[in-house]
Amino acid sequence: MDNRKINDIEKYKKRVHLMFSELDIKAALREINALAPELIITELITSGLRGRGGAGFPTGKKWEMVSEAEGTEKYIVCNADEGEPGTFKDREILQKQAAKVLLGMTACSKAVGARKGFIYLRGEYSYMRKDLSAQIEAFHKLLNDFKIDFSIELRMGSGAYVCGEETSLLESLEGRRGEARNKPPYPVTEGFMGKPTVVNNVETLVYAVYIILEGTDSFIQMGTKSSRGAKVFCVSGDTPVPGIYELELGMKLSDFVDLFGDDDTKAVQVGGVSGYCVPRKNFSKTIIGFEGVPTGGSMMLFNSSRSMYNVLHDYLEFFSEESCGQCTPCRIGCQQLLKGIEQVKRGTKHSSYLDNLREIAETMSIASKCGLGQSVAHPFISTTDYFKEEIIY
Amino acid sequence: MNTDIQEIISKTGTERNRLLPVMQEVISRNNYLSETAMRDIAKAFDISAAEVYGVATFYSFIDVSRLGRNVIRICKTISCDLKGKTDIINAIEKHLRIKLGETTPDQKFTFLQTNCIGWCHQSPAMIINDKVYTELTPEKAIVALEEWE
Repeated sequence: MDNRKINDIEKYKKRVHLMFSELDIKAALREINALAPELIITELITSGLRGRGGAGFPTGKKWEMVSEAEGTEKYIVCNADEGEPGTFKDREILQKQAAKVLLGMTACSKAVGARKGFIYLRGEYSYMRKDLSAQIEAFHKLLNDFKIDFSIELRMGSGAYVCGEETSLLESLEGRRGEARNKPPYPVTEGFMGKPTVVNNVETLVYAVYIILEGTDSFIQMGTKSSRGAKVFCVSGDTPVPGIYELELGMKLSDFVDLFGDDDTKAVQVGGVSGYCVPRKNFSKTIIGFEGVPTGGSMMLFNSSRSMYNVLHDYLEFFSEESCGQCTPCRIGCQQLLKGIEQVKRGTKHSSYLDNLREIAETMSIASKCGLGQSVAHPFISTTDYFKEEIIY
Repeated sequence: MNTDIQEIISKTGTERNRLLPVMQEVISRNNYLSETAMRDIAKAFDISAAEVYGVATFYSFIDVSRLGRNVIRICKTISCDLKGKTDIINAIEKHLRIKLGETTPDQKFTFLQTNCIGWCHQSPAMIINDKVYTELTPEKAIVALEEWE
């Protein structure tokens, strides 16, 4: 690790330390338990907190919708199926601050009126299953002390990227193939077992706790109008300081690259393989956040030694393998894009064939059933836009 | 019915949403889901064996063909690729004298690739059974193999 760089990062004005700070869980639970459900929801809506998994749906709004949904049987699901390449923050959060996540789920249960919650942890993280189960058990005792009628069950995934998509996750949780559902209805009205369900990312739940305990003011002061608060970033690729860093949202990508780059960064893939490729010339005009390029945390840096053809090829192999196969645009589209760039590279197809491939990608973004197929166009179009020569020659 | 499956089901019950946990438990004991196991599970859950097979084959960590006692899954996705996963693969292939996707003749190891396992900042990385190994070098990878019986 480069100590000088680490020092610069720590001194950076938008560096934040909330996620991994210490918290008296018992006192926090007491405080949350005393709050009115409406107040919790109002606070979250005012804070402007948006989901940290990538899609960015307003969290308070989601909780409100479930609280207003009909029926008394409701569920909370913590989405810990962190499969987006380049993302590894939820693992770290659950490893170091699981109690805060459980607290967030409890606050949510109180706000919406649910008695049962699940954590859906990806199979790749099975190594932490034992510790996490023990933490849940200890937390249940605490809930019992406060006579809170809420329980949390840990469920494991088994190696399927698409299960990070909330309706696929719910299908998986119900014991089926993790194939995305048609939306609407959304999980807020028909989720787990057809009942109103909140599905929140791990990180979102912890920020919710912060907002509920500290009030909205300090949260609102961070970030920008469309992207309030801070975010845990996962930095990997060509960087001297790979790792997990909590920063305010809304920073310029050029500032980010100054802090984390290796002085030779030619592109940053913001938001994992389903995100966007931003080339050096656009660093200074790109905002990291919902008004610019959003990310679920993944920030992968590439320096000039990297072939963007190889990078794109890797993404497309990933999508071809992880496409669940139920809808045609995604199933066939991923394979054709992969085959297509190989043919252009080999010269068996003319370089203008890339335009046909881009049309396929655009069709996929309209016609695919879920976020997986819809987002393949993000890396495909952006990478072929800015690195066309590297793809062809 | 297989006693293992009977025992697992006695703890989980046979509500449909328990199907995956049951399969996962069988996998953690036997490393794969045999046809007999799938038939037994189907019977217990009162669903067709084809339905069980359909669910099982959706998930890349649920195998329906026999694997070795220990399963190595090396990450093939971008960050691990950038940091030299190919060298690690070559070293393991040479050491075990099998190719990716194969099982050693003594059934000790099956060697597979997998997609991102969430250790991009400490790449290249692999999992053997549940245990994670990061910042691999060819030497470290071989040492890791020696931990397993």
